Amino acid sequence: MSRHSLSRWWFIGTLAFALMLMLLPLPDVLEPFKPYWPALVLLYWSLESDDRVTLGLAFAVGLTADLLNGLVLGEQALRLCALVFIALRFRARLRFFPIWQQTLAVLALLLNDRILLLFVRILAGSSLPPVNWWISPFVGAALWPFLFLLLDDLRARLRIQ
Amino acid sequence: MARTRDESSPLFAGNAAGTLRLIVYLALAMVLMVLDQRNGWLWRVRYSAAAVVEPAYRLAGLPAAGVRTLSVAFADRQRLTEQNQRLRENLLLANTKLNRMASVAEQNQRLKQLLDTQHSLDLHVQLARVIGIDMGAYRYRITLNLGARDGVKLGQPVIDAHGVMGQVREVLPTTSMVMLVTDPEHAIPVVIERSGLRTVAYGSRSGDELTLPNLPLAADVRVGDRLLTSGLGGRFPPGFPVGDILAVAPAATGMFLVAQARPAADIDRSADVLLLHDQAEPDGPPSPATPVGPPRDLAPGKGAVAADPLRASRTATKPMVAAARPGTPR
Repeated sequence: MSRHSLSRWWFIGTLAFALMLMLLPLPDVLEPFKPYWPALVLLYWSLESDDRVTLGLAFAVGLTADLLNGLVLGEQALRLCALVFIALRFRARLRFFPIWQQTLAVLALLLNDRILLLFVRILAGSSLPPVNWWISPFVGAALWPFLFLLLDDLRARLRIQ
Repeated sequence: MARTRDESSPLFAGNAAGTLRLIVYLALAMVLMVLDQRNGWLWRVRYSAAAVVEPAYRLAGLPAAGVRTLSVAFADRQRLTEQNQRLRENLLLANTKLNRMASVAEQNQRLKQLLDTQHSLDLHVQLARVIGIDMGAYRYRITLNLGARDGVKLGQPVIDAHGVMGQVREVLPTTSMVMLVTDPEHAIPVVIERSGLRTVAYGSRSGDELTLPNLPLAADVRVGDRLLTSGLGGRFPPGFPVGDILAVAPAATGMFLVAQARPAADIDRSADVLLLHDQAEPDGPPSPATPVGPPRDLAPGKGAVAADPLRASRTATKPMVAAARPGTPR
């Protein structure tokens, strides 16, 4: 197996793992604390590799997540597209932020994602979510440095791009 | 990993093509959402995708299942024992409750049958509970929870949902003693429903059947014939089921037929019985018709007026005399 295909499989594997983590059933108490894993992993890849993450990929991942989640088809596709678009737009700056600034930026992105989701839900006619619905972005942002360092470290150990 | 700045990653400005692509994708997502919300054909896509999705769920569910297995494996012995104990107690309690429910349901059924009897016959009855049973040597009696204070009178017939049970033999202030139709000292005038033959059914020493010891040899009696109260003797109202003929055979003397009958009432099973308040018509000669004489204004003088109250009192006392000696069994 060439290094190139290994790195491609690694990329796909992390995305699949993120989707699995999203599906992972948790006790009811922990459910609102579950971060939006696909967004975090997609963010990591869009910052770290220049051409792999495109809007099309974000759309595909979002559709898969929708199918897996059983939610309205296209909801997560929309959210991930918007997220990845912003990340790609500011990629050059985000990449060279110190880690705490990057964490803040991720928090802003995730909050923006929640607001977008709120819009979609309200348009679809659901009621306002409870307060603890807003915890998830903070958990995601708090996990971001660790996720970033872990994935970076693994990538360095595997010597893949 | 220094990177050269190129067109695809500008530092500050985005390019128009990227924005356009974003708009296209967002529009596509919107269309998908609307289609999915409107319940269009997208369910087919979902349906076929379910085959792929299902293993994913299994995979995602693995950790939770693992944790559960581990918690069972490492649950300490004492807790399991405690739980077992508690479950056992609960089971016992639930079974007890279930049994009580069953008995209550049965009681309900019986009471309903009694009520049906009451309604269908339009009788004036009183519900009584059996509180004691005396199955001594050749004595088949039961004690009811009603007595003189509740209006129970001597000789009142007692029935249940299926037929005649007996009659009140003793009345105490709050309880009363009922002699069952199967008591050897009891006799009840009956009529065979099919043929209309009148006879008397006695109790028996075994206490669970009736005997008809003096049927004529030529009498038309068959196994399975139903016995009804005939109403003769003035104690039981006519038309109540008493029993079914079980066996017919010539008596040892060869002069009569002897028949055995099974009582229709649930003699040894009833817990609730009905006390009949409508006593049969007292027997004896019919009360004399009030004498019709010439009109009063034709009567001569005052003497006729003085005779009238006397005559009225005589007609009033006659039925009372008749009622005072109701037919006694046997």
